[in-house]
Amino acid sequence: MAPSSPTPVVLLTGFLGSGKTTLLGRLLKDPALHDTAVLINEFGTVGLDHHLLDRVDENTVLLKSGCICCTIRGELSDAIKSMHGRRTRGEIPDFRRLVIESTGLADPLPVISTITADPVLRHHVRMGAVVTTVDAVNGIDQLAHQPESVSQAALADRIVLTKTDLCDAAAIAAVTLVLRDLNPDAPLLSAATGDLDGATILGERPVLSSSLASLRCVAAPDGSPGMTHGGAVASFALVFDEALDWTLFGLWLTMLLNRHGRRVLRVKGLLNLQGSDTPVAIHGVGPLVHVPTHLTAWPDTDRRSRLVFITRDLDPGLIRRSLDAFGLTGAAASMAVA
Amino acid sequence: MCALCGVLGGSEHWADAHVRPGAFTRNTGPLERRRERARRVVHANRILGPLGLSLADWQGTAFLLSTRTGKTELVDNLSHLWAAAETLLGRPVDPLDEAFLKRLERRA
Repeated sequence: MAPSSPTPVVLLTGFLGSGKTTLLGRLLKDPALHDTAVLINEFGTVGLDHHLLDRVDENTVLLKSGCICCTIRGELSDAIKSMHGRRTRGEIPDFRRLVIESTGLADPLPVISTITADPVLRHHVRMGAVVTTVDAVNGIDQLAHQPESVSQAALADRIVLTKTDLCDAAAIAAVTLVLRDLNPDAPLLSAATGDLDGATILGERPVLSSSLASLRCVAAPDGSPGMTHGGAVASFALVFDEALDWTLFGLWLTMLLNRHGRRVLRVKGLLNLQGSDTPVAIHGVGPLVHVPTHLTAWPDTDRRSRLVFITRDLDPGLIRRSLDAFGLTGAAASMAVA
Repeated sequence: MCALCGVLGGSEHWADAHVRPGAFTRNTGPLERRRERARRVVHANRILGPLGLSLADWQGTAFLLSTRTGKTELVDNLSHLWAAAETLLGRPVDPLDEAFLKRLERRA
């Protein structure tokens, strides 16, 4: 019998040849993960031997939609519904989590939006976490030239660095630096170490950490903030002294994401809202924003709202100015660019 | 139903989350929900004004987005609002656009 609460879905993504299937095969050997169902897009050269394995049909039917929130990958939706139905009928053993291994060239966003937007599916499954494998040998090159690779790394809740045993420490440090620019907070794990904890890797994305470390920023450089990291990706944090107007903030963020959702790789924040005694955590990946979480307490005495953006080809100064023009920041807001 | 895509059931928009443990929403009751909708209309009109658009609540279930000449679209939620605004205007609406920001700043 299927459990009543929605089953968490873990999306395992990563560029071609980055070791997704190898990692998955290794994790599935862990007896603690025997209750994991797996959906794969294609059978690669690395075989998977698992009792709860199915594949997404090759006939991809994309629903032509007007808005991102309704972008549903039909074949993926069908595959998950089929698996859920078979579980409910007792044709396959019960499972507590579902892992979807995406193709290496796929942008993870449509998969996430399928889970969250499909009107039937979202009652049965929910997004658990995005786990991205990054090849330590070729990762820098892929991140420099493949937009899908950047998206996969930026949207990750956990990053597993693979093939670290095939390169030197300098190469690992270099790819780590690039990954930290794209995604400062996701735990970075190494597949080469023997003690990979499957339950941790395939576990659910934590509620936006109440720890301030997840919203860290460094001191702003002198002068106006601009594009950093020698490329078009910038991460920056905004701190607001005054409590925010939730309604106005919602209008501003939806307007920004409607036009620039593909260039806002991540937005996360801890908000002090007018009329609320405790903070609200928001977390967005690309144009999709998760349901805001109402935390039960502030992590410390600092009651200021904090918003962290990771953007591509967007001027942080312009975002700040836009917040000002909307009447959200006030003169007291400050910005730091990492 | 999603007004743009015709998807039955539609999706739960983050700014209009359903009431459930842990989720933040202003839709905690009928009165709070209507109050939030009214507040949204007021704020939205301040932003839409410089674009030549206006928003009105429709039966507490949807919003009417209109141009000054009366062209109107029915919108469900905030993500549809901006896509519908672009459809009505025939051009992008960008919160980072220089000209738009100048108009908004003049009104402030």
